[in-house]
Amino acid sequence: MNPLYEKYIKKETLPTLFCPGCGNGIIQMAAIRAIHQMGIKDEIACVSGIGCSSWIPCYLNLDVMHTLHGRSLAFAQGLKLARPDKKVLVFTGDGDCLAIGGNHLIHSAARNIDLTVVMVNNRIYGMTGGQKSPASLKGMKTKTSPTGNMDDPVDGCKIAEAMGATYVARWTTAHPVQLEKAITEGINHHGFAFIEVLSQCPVQGSDAFGDKTPAGMMNNMKEISWMKKDGENPPAGKTVIGLLVHRTDRMEYMERHQTSQDQNKNEKRGKANE
Amino acid sequence: MNDVVLDGNYCKGCDICISVCPQKIFAKSKKRNPLGAAIPDVTHKEKCTGCGLCERMCPDGAISVERGTK
Repeated sequence: MNPLYEKYIKKETLPTLFCPGCGNGIIQMAAIRAIHQMGIKDEIACVSGIGCSSWIPCYLNLDVMHTLHGRSLAFAQGLKLARPDKKVLVFTGDGDCLAIGGNHLIHSAARNIDLTVVMVNNRIYGMTGGQKSPASLKGMKTKTSPTGNMDDPVDGCKIAEAMGATYVARWTTAHPVQLEKAITEGINHHGFAFIEVLSQCPVQGSDAFGDKTPAGMMNNMKEISWMKKDGENPPAGKTVIGLLVHRTDRMEYMERHQTSQDQNKNEKRGKANE
Repeated sequence: MNDVVLDGNYCKGCDICISVCPQKIFAKSKKRNPLGAAIPDVTHKEKCTGCGLCERMCPDGAISVERGTK
């Protein structure tokens, strides 16, 4: 077994419930490498919701909270407010984050609270049997859309960007080095960091990336993705990957909270002196 | 020389390593592990350049590359 993996994994829980070839394991490894490289094993706290992707941190020897469906961001905000010293890393899926937890994504991005969110997008509800998710592509055949999906997919990165998230990136499981770098940057970033990872579901999502084998799906991911270049428009039908937004002009929520508390204190004191 | 070790007890037989290795070190085999998965063979270890893609891409952390001095 990989020595780094062995150091961070709870060995008694193996094998993981991930199916053979699942992208979650690759994301888990990228997160482990990022955490190990930064040396913040004791400072990090993971929060996850419900879904296959939300099992990623549960196998790790870290502080982990496995919470209600869709509410991972609500729990994470509470944790961050209660323990500002912890670096909070949230693992969530496309159904968890965009469907049932969509409201929490909007509001935590608007608050610009210091969280790092890794949204694993496999374009399907994998755990419950392959139903259509908000991120399913138009025309995609799933268990609940056998004649093809009628809806356009929801773009989590665009939502986060529109609501004022200060770090937004999208990578795929076929780019593990860049993904590790993005997680490191997201944890170091002071503000709301949203990282979407396109991931394969070889069991349920055979129509999502146009192949049935995990290796073929990952090759297709490389083909459909287009690395963002400044001043150039993406070609039609390609998914933009790379660092999409990096802003430093917005104040972080905890800082704003502290500032307003200080102001309130001063105002009250001023009144008492009068 | 680098040594590529595949831990057969944890491999699930997804064959991602066979596809991602630029030197094509891994090969399909009919060996089975206790999980019932067909685990790949590690052939041509001497060709390994130590890029570590297989380590990063293995979803079950079953592969480790021990880097030695040439």
